[in-house]
Amino acid sequence: MRLLPFSCVLPFLIFISGFLYAEPVVIGSKKFTESYVLGEIAKRRLSDAGFSADHRQGMGGTIILWEALRTGQIDVYPEYTGTIAQEILKRSEPLTFEQAANELRKAGIGMTEPLGFNNTYALVMRRNRANALGVRTISDLQKHPELKIGLTHEFLDRQDGWRPLAQQYQLNPRSVLGIDHALGYAALNNGSVDVKDAYSTDAKISENNLVVLEDDQRFFPQYQAVFLFRFALSEEAVTALRKLEGTIDEERMTRLNAEAERTKNYTRAASLYFEPEAASALGGRVRSTSAFGEDFPHKLARWTVRHLELAGFSLLLSIVVGVPLGIWASRGRAIGHAILGFTGVVQTIPSLALLALLVPLPFFGISVRTAIAALFLYGLLPIVRNTATGLQDIPRGLRESAVALGLSARASLWQIYLPMASRSILGGIKTSAVINVGTATLAALIGAGGLGEPILSGLNLNDHATILQGAIPAAILALLVQWFFDLLDRILIPKGLRL
Amino acid sequence: MNALVQLLGVSKTFGDAPAVHTIDLSVGRGKTMVLIGPSGCGKSTLLRLIIGLLESDSGEIRFDGTQLRADNIDFVRRRVGYVIQEGGLFPHLTARGNILLMARHLGRGQNEMLARLGDLCGLTRFPENLLGRYPLELSGGQRQRVSLMRALMLSPELLLLDEPLGALDPLVRAALQKDLKEIFARLQQTALLVTHDLAEAAYLGDEIVLMNEGRIVQQGSLVDLRERPANNFVSDFINAQQSLTVI
Repeated sequence: MRLLPFSCVLPFLIFISGFLYAEPVVIGSKKFTESYVLGEIAKRRLSDAGFSADHRQGMGGTIILWEALRTGQIDVYPEYTGTIAQEILKRSEPLTFEQAANELRKAGIGMTEPLGFNNTYALVMRRNRANALGVRTISDLQKHPELKIGLTHEFLDRQDGWRPLAQQYQLNPRSVLGIDHALGYAALNNGSVDVKDAYSTDAKISENNLVVLEDDQRFFPQYQAVFLFRFALSEEAVTALRKLEGTIDEERMTRLNAEAERTKNYTRAASLYFEPEAASALGGRVRSTSAFGEDFPHKLARWTVRHLELAGFSLLLSIVVGVPLGIWASRGRAIGHAILGFTGVVQTIPSLALLALLVPLPFFGISVRTAIAALFLYGLLPIVRNTATGLQDIPRGLRESAVALGLSARASLWQIYLPMASRSILGGIKTSAVINVGTATLAALIGAGGLGEPILSGLNLNDHATILQGAIPAAILALLVQWFFDLLDRILIPKGLRL
Repeated sequence: MNALVQLLGVSKTFGDAPAVHTIDLSVGRGKTMVLIGPSGCGKSTLLRLIIGLLESDSGEIRFDGTQLRADNIDFVRRRVGYVIQEGGLFPHLTARGNILLMARHLGRGQNEMLARLGDLCGLTRFPENLLGRYPLELSGGQRQRVSLMRALMLSPELLLLDEPLGALDPLVRAALQKDLKEIFARLQQTALLVTHDLAEAAYLGDEIVLMNEGRIVQQGSLVDLRERPANNFVSDFINAQQSLTVI
């Protein structure tokens, strides 16, 4: 009994990971358009060279991607030289390209030559606002401490981010707040922030009529785009990847970014990169459009199936572990309080934080396993608590009647206690299921897919239609799950309890 | 000494309040003994000690000459029927399911069980066509009849009844009192019944045991208690109940 919860979890997780997890070249990307597009370009390049390649879009920020690469959960991802020096190698002084490459080699990681463009950080403002105030350079911000600064969380915390920048330029604004990158543009447009951080190749800059404030004190380091790859990657794959070196300049990247944001289709944007070359090399071979992007029904089906896999497996685990734990907890005493306390505490951890806590653990990392484990933990409390209270709520007279009849403990549990608590237990399972379907949208944050994928890219593109492509099916799914369990109630709860 | 149940110096304390205090009691075979007394006098506690729902702090309880212990209690429980005030029927099982629960658990034959079920319906005057109903679909009196059948199913040597008629309205209660008396007589059933109603005690019991504050105050027939009360409490208790009856 004591070992039951753990001996159940492990085989299940291994079993699940076994068939949700294939072994192609895995490309990762960060959670912004340019990284998505570069990831797609790498995927296409590797596919054209005959490799099976898998792109996990928008897995997170630098540290998540770096950890995933270092621990072999991904093989390749696009990165920037400035970020490598400051965030990965933690150097405060600038590094030459060779120094950085040498340092990375020690960690078993290789770096391509620069791809050809410098995507440095920049501060941007609305053009008319900047003109009205006469702000042209970052130094000009000194004179306007009333301007509201809205920065991405990553920029706020980076060693080469806001703090040293404000120090060097002696900026002392009254209001600095952290805001998601894509939402920040909306905030700029409606005036709730005046200044935000951006990338110099960001398509949003021209789209939204923004100006880049001149870095007049040369604060921002070079951010040459490169691909980082594991040395374990085959030589042929690295050769294919290196063909991308020096082939993308700022203008081209900005154009690809704009295309990605316009069409909401990263695969198609990436294909623009290949078109002139492909046309000459392949002699104008006709490609069907489906090679570039799935149509919506297929995508929706893929998201939904993955979503149900995530929610379903985690729910199954929660039931298999939660019901015995609930039975155990129903006996009261210290251990019962400990079980209810633990599951309660898990529930109070914000889901994002729980994912972040699981990702660095050896077995989990950036994977479906992590998403399922997190959902499993979330699903535990309602099932454990409802099982325990359902059993405890059985009137004393009935419990004593079962004992007085001389039924064995096992027979009492199966024939009397569990059927009598069935309504409460099923209620807990239903709650868990609905929570899981909702929370599973967060799995996309760590590249585990599901209906969170369109929500996340929609958020990233600040595109409501794309957000709804994920949000509406997720809501419908939650309703269907609710309805399904209401139906199940009628089958599983004994008739005598439903009178 | 032909007692089926013997209590020797049995005490049980809840917290610091003694519920029963060095009780000595013998329940003779084939007799109906009634425990009576005010609320909290320890009469129900005595029943719960005998069926092993509580463990005594000191003293010993013997069933058919064998001392009750944790390792033989389940075996003894199958030789004892137990009926409580609210019936204790499991709401997710039909009347039939409740009555046959233990026999099925013990793997009794289908024909044997059905024959016994028919007998019991006759004995307790319970309409056989209601056996498929769930407890919530039965009246209070019907529920107690089902509860009685469940207790009698395995032909127990001892029947323990803890205020079995306490929650019934007077007409139903009177009918069941009459039926209970008949059943006890017909089966020569050894029974230990708890009630707070003196008239019921006098009607059903061969012997009345009056308890107060965890101790047995007096034991005998109603006539003994009325004519030769052991102390003022006995006469007060009897007078209080009789004055109510007169009204």
